[in-house]
Formats: sequence, structure tokens, C-alpha cells
Amino acid sequence: MEPAQEKQFKEQPIKKQRKAVALISGGLDSMLAVRAIQEQGIHVEGINFFTGFCVEGHTHAVRKKHKDKQKRNNALWVAEQLGVKLHIVDVVEEYKDILLNPVHGYGKNVNPCLDCKTFMVKKAVEWIKEHDFDFIITGEVVGQRPMSQRRETMPIVAKDSGGDDLLVRPLSAKQLPATLPEREGWLDRDKMYDFSGRTRKPQMALAEKYGFKDYAQPAGGCCMLTDENYAIKLKDMWTNRSSREYELDDIIMLKMGRHFRLAPHLKIIIGREEGENNFMQGYKNLMVSIFPISHPGALCLVDGEFKSDEELNQALSLVARYSKGKNDPEVTLKVRQIDATEAEYTVAPMLEGDINKEWIV
Amino acid sequence: MSHQPEKSHQQLDARRLLCPLPVIRAQDAVAKLKTGDLLTVTSTDPGAKMDIPSWSRINGHKVIEIIEKDNEIIITIEVNQESE
Repeated sequence: MEPAQEKQFKEQPIKKQRKAVALISGGLDSMLAVRAIQEQGIHVEGINFFTGFCVEGHTHAVRKKHKDKQKRNNALWVAEQLGVKLHIVDVVEEYKDILLNPVHGYGKNVNPCLDCKTFMVKKAVEWIKEHDFDFIITGEVVGQRPMSQRRETMPIVAKDSGGDDLLVRPLSAKQLPATLPEREGWLDRDKMYDFSGRTRKPQMALAEKYGFKDYAQPAGGCCMLTDENYAIKLKDMWTNRSSREYELDDIIMLKMGRHFRLAPHLKIIIGREEGENNFMQGYKNLMVSIFPISHPGALCLVDGEFKSDEELNQALSLVARYSKGKNDPEVTLKVRQIDATEAEYTVAPMLEGDINKEWIV
Repeated sequence: MSHQPEKSHQQLDARRLLCPLPVIRAQDAVAKLKTGDLLTVTSTDPGAKMDIPSWSRINGHKVIEIIEKDNEIIITIEVNQESE
């Protein structure tokens, strides 16, 4: 090295490679946020939290109805498009407290969006400390969502999560106070964006600029808790159990089949198609099941217990209705107990007009 | 003569688990393995066929084999803990 070069080398401190972790949901906004930060020379890795309530995955994997949709995890797909590692974190257990006791309450359905976002950023704060990363990025946009992405609530997420000024929202950065990475010169504020509101046009224009042609466009977010029908089933489960506590199997089962609440202590779930029936087979050792043997038909799982012959007959007759023998005078079915003992019954399929509308959850 | 540490070959039963649990379980299993070790994941979720190879690629692991048999997807990964 020439003396002049050596002098210059000694005088210039080695620039540390800054690292950010991005909350990647699999949607467009987080995808754009990551690329905006990558373009500033930051090393980015992704983090994705599995709460048990993700829309994609379970239902798409099981149901034929969704067979036209590619069976892929969008967060993984996005990470691969961006060339970043993705760390998927199972937060099912910790998330229960967020859902059951949200400090900021629920949105339109049973969606604790503000608490949820705060929780995820808090987990990301823990993650960057553990992995020696410098800051966190999200795809949040001011005014994009009615609960967690409002001008008034976005500072609450930053404060309550402990993310504070280590939380960067590149798509709305110019609408928000400067963060530490901007003040320290790790990020150039001018190279970030000022998106706001519910319009998607700026995101779509930026996607085009970055050359993103294929991206997920979830309607109403990617969480079952924002879905009205799912919320009704969850509330029904909470109402009719002695406790709101739940297990992962409970919340997955709410996505499967037709649900009939025959009594406060009794609900039956009837598979809607082959994929669901196959999946529900896996629960035959955990729940009492009913299935037709004289005709092809759906599998039924029993959540609760039969306290009378009338309840058993209602269930049998309903399951018979969803078999190929629904127009025949009789259908024979088996009831299988958890210990695999079986009993056979023959019943008349329920007529459509006899299905009590109040049973349908 | 140098002594080569023995490579392990672990099995992971991810049957009946739905997306993204097979990936999470694979990720957790791989974290306990060394470079060169093998992990075979058996899943019944059709999504695993895309997701586990995708996760492997972005994390620098190598997919050795994908077998589909009797509604099961069996994927073998060679672990690489040295990727950046």
C-alpha cells in the first residue's frame, strides 16, 4: 500500500455493515419496505410470526376450492424474491394472551390489531438484541388500516413495543419523525417514501418500479381474526365453553367444515369436501366421530357430548343429510368413540326444512 | 490421519401439520444440526412441497430429494450452517 493510501485507510474508520430485520407478512407492503432498505445497502433478514390465525396455509392446503391457488407460503415466497433469509417464529402460545386480553380492544371482529402489531414489533426488538441487528422495518403505511396503522396509533406501536426510534416504516418515513437509523446516517430519509391513506396506487407504482409483477393481495389482511364468519365461530366457542382458553387444534378446526351448534354442550363439524374429510380423519383419536357406511359421505367430528338420544339422533340425521343417501329413506352410520369402539345406527336423513337455522354457526 | 466427524441423518414427522408448521418444525430441527447433516421431513401438507425447498434455498441448505408417495411428501435436506 502506498503511504498516501495507507494514511487515508487509517483515517477512515471501517464502515459497519448495518443490519435490519423486517416483519414480512407475505403482502406487498412489507416486500416494498424491504427492497427500499436493501437499496440503501442495508443487510436485511425477514421475520414472520405464526399465530395460528394465518389465512393462507391451512385452508388453502386442505380445500379443493382453493386448488387454483398455488399452495405456497407467501412470506417464504416474498423472502425468496427479495433474496433474504426468513425466520418463522411460532408464537401460538404467547399470542393467546394478546387475543384474549387485548389492552386496546378488538376491531370490527375479533381482531386485536393494535396489540398484535405491538406484540410482533416487541418480539422483533427481542430478536434484534439476540442476533445483534441494528433496527426493525415494517411495511406499515400511515392511515392504511383502521386500527393499527393510523397516525395516532403508529406511535403507540413504537412506544409500547420498545421499538421506539429503532422502528423504521420506509413507506411512510417522510410522514413520521426521523428514526435513529436516519439520524445516524445509516439510512437516507430522502430515499424513503411518504405514502399515506388507503389507496394502493403508490404501492403499485413502486412495485412496478422495482419490477415486482407477482405479489399477494390479501383482501382485508392475512388474519382469520378479521374474518366475520371466523369471528362468529370463535365467539360461539368462547360462549359455550367454561373458559376462553384455546389450543391450536381448536382454532384450526374453526376453519374446517360446517359447524352446527346443537346445544351449548354440543357442536358437530361436518366436512365439506374430500380434503377436509381427510384432514379431519386425523382427529378421530381425539374426538368422537360419525360417518356414513351405507353411502359415501362426509366425516363428522363431535365437539362436546351427547346428553340425550334426541341429540344423538339429530347429529346422525344431519350427517346423513350430507351423504350421498340424502334422498334415500335411510342411511346407516357409525359412531366411533375415541377409544375406537364403534356403534351402528340407521336413520332417516334430515330434510332441509328441518335444519334449525339457529344451529348453523 | 484427520478424523471426520460423523454425519447424522435425522427424521422429522410433520404429518398432519399444516402450513407453516412443517417449515417451522424443519427450521427448529435444522438449527440443532451441523453442516453436512441430513434431515428428512415427512409431511402430508401439499404446501410443504414448495415451502420446505423455498425455506432451504433462502437459508442456504440443499434439497437432496423430494419423494411423493401415498399422499405424503418426503423431503431430504443437507444442512449448511455456513451460509451468509
